[in-house]
Amino acid sequence: MKKIIKNFYDYLDERLHLEDLVHFMGKKYVPVHSHSLWYYFGGVSLFFFIVQVITGILLLFYYKAGPDLAFESIQYIMSKVQFGWLIRSVHGWAANLFILSAVIHMFSVYFEKAYRKPRELTWISGMLMLFLGMGFGFSGYLLPWNELSFFATKVGSDIAGAVPIIGEPMKILMRGGPDVTGATLSRLFGFHVALFPGIFTVVLGIHLLLIQRQGISEPMHFEQLDKKEKKTMPFFPNFLLRDLLLWLVMLNVLAILAVFFPAELGHKADAFGSAPEGIKPEWYFLFMFQSLKYLPAHILFIEGEVLGILLFGAAFALWLIVPFWDRKTARGEQNKLITYIGIFVIIFIIVLTILGWVA
Amino acid sequence: MSDLDSNQNRRSFLKYLLSTSIVGFFASVLYPIVSYLNPPKQNEVEVSTVLAGKISDFEKDSGKIIRFGNKPVLVIRTEKDEFKALSAVCTHLDCTVQYKKEMGLIWCACHNGKYDLTGKNVSGPPPRPLEVYQINKQGENIFVSKKA
Repeated sequence: MKKIIKNFYDYLDERLHLEDLVHFMGKKYVPVHSHSLWYYFGGVSLFFFIVQVITGILLLFYYKAGPDLAFESIQYIMSKVQFGWLIRSVHGWAANLFILSAVIHMFSVYFEKAYRKPRELTWISGMLMLFLGMGFGFSGYLLPWNELSFFATKVGSDIAGAVPIIGEPMKILMRGGPDVTGATLSRLFGFHVALFPGIFTVVLGIHLLLIQRQGISEPMHFEQLDKKEKKTMPFFPNFLLRDLLLWLVMLNVLAILAVFFPAELGHKADAFGSAPEGIKPEWYFLFMFQSLKYLPAHILFIEGEVLGILLFGAAFALWLIVPFWDRKTARGEQNKLITYIGIFVIIFIIVLTILGWVA
Repeated sequence: MSDLDSNQNRRSFLKYLLSTSIVGFFASVLYPIVSYLNPPKQNEVEVSTVLAGKISDFEKDSGKIIRFGNKPVLVIRTEKDEFKALSAVCTHLDCTVQYKKEMGLIWCACHNGKYDLTGKNVSGPPPRPLEVYQINKQGENIFVSKKA
C-alpha cells in the first residue's frame, strides 16, 4: 500500500513539482502568543462554509422553488426523506454558526489591528465575505416560504427600498416586482444557490491567497520583539492538526444542536394574511431591526427609518474602510480610539440584540 | 511629418479605437443582462370595486382581510356595527396589519405600529395614515371601492 501511495506521489511530483509546495508549507510558521486562540476562527468559518456547500447541495436534490411547492417540499424533506430533518437542521445551524464565527474572526482582526498595512485587502475581502454571508442568510430565509420568512423578507426588502435614489430599483431587482411574490422566491433562490456561492468562492480564493502570500499577521507588540524572542509553531503539521481537531469539535457541536434543536417550519406563507406576532429577522439582523423600532416616525424633515438606514449604511462603510482612515496604526502607533469604538459597537450590538430577542 | 510622428499618431488613434471598442463591448454585453434582470411591468388589473362578502360573513368587533386586485384590504365591522375598509399594507415597512379587538385599533405585528379606525397613525413607527376605502351596502352584500 505504502508503495502505491509513494508511486502515486512520485507520479504527481514529476508533473506538478509538489516538492516546492511541501518546501513552502514547511517554512510557514504561526506566531504563538497570548492571543493565538483568535487565529482559529478564520478556519472555523471556512469549515462551516464547507458544511453549507455540502448540505446545500444535498437539500437541492429535494427542494423545489415556487410558492406552491417550496413549503411542501421542505415538509417532505423534514418528514419523509431519510435524515432530511438532520440535513436541513445542520444547514440552518451551520449558517448561524458561520456568521457567529465570521463575526468573532472579524472583531479579533479589528482589535488586533491586523488590517493595517500590508493587509488592507485581506480585511476588505473578509468584510465582503461577511456581507455575502448575510446575503446568504437573507436569501435563504425566504426559501421555506413560511409566514415568518415571508414577512421578514417584506420588511427587509422594504428597508432596502427606503435608501434614497437607488433604493427603489434595488427593491424591484430583489423582489422581481413591486411585491414579495413567487418571483421573489425564484430570485432569492437564484442568488442563494448560484450567484452568491460563485462570488463567495472567488473572494474566498483571493482571501486565502493573500494570507498565503503575506503570512499570518503578528500583533503589534509581538512584531516589535527580537526574532529570537518570537515563539512560533510550524503551520504544517502542528497548526493544521489543531485546526482539524477544532473542526471535529465543531462538527460535534453542530450535530448536537441539529439533533436537540431541529429547524422549525411554521405555517405556510399567505400573501393575504396578517403579519403574525413575533416577526423577527435572523439574530444577526436583530440589532438593526430593534434600533429601527426605537426611531420615531419623523426626525426633523426626514423619515425615521430612512435616517436609521442611512446611519447604519455610513457606519458599515466606515467600518469597511477602517485600514484607510486609521492612520495612527498604519504608522505603527497604538490607536486606543479604534479599540474604544470597537468596544462601543460590541456593546451596542449585544444590548440591542438582547432587547430585540426579549421584545 | 516624420515617420516617427506619423507612427505615434497612428498608434494613439489605434489605442483610442481599441479602448472605446472595449467600453462598447462591455456595454453591449451588460445592457441586455441588466435589462433582463429588471422585471417586466405587469399590467395590474384595474379594480375599482370588489364584493367583500355578506354582512353575516363579518362578526361584530372583528376584521377580515380581502383581496382588492393585488392588494390586501382590511374590512372591519366595529362594535357599533359600522363597516370600515382600509388598506392593510402598513405604511412603515410593508407588513400586513390586523384589527386588534382588545385595543380597538389597527395593529401591525412587525414593529408595533398602531392606527385608529379612521386609519390615522397614532403610535409606533408608521409615518403615514392607511389609505381609506369606501364601503357600500347593497342589500346583504358589502362592496368595497376605491375613493374617488
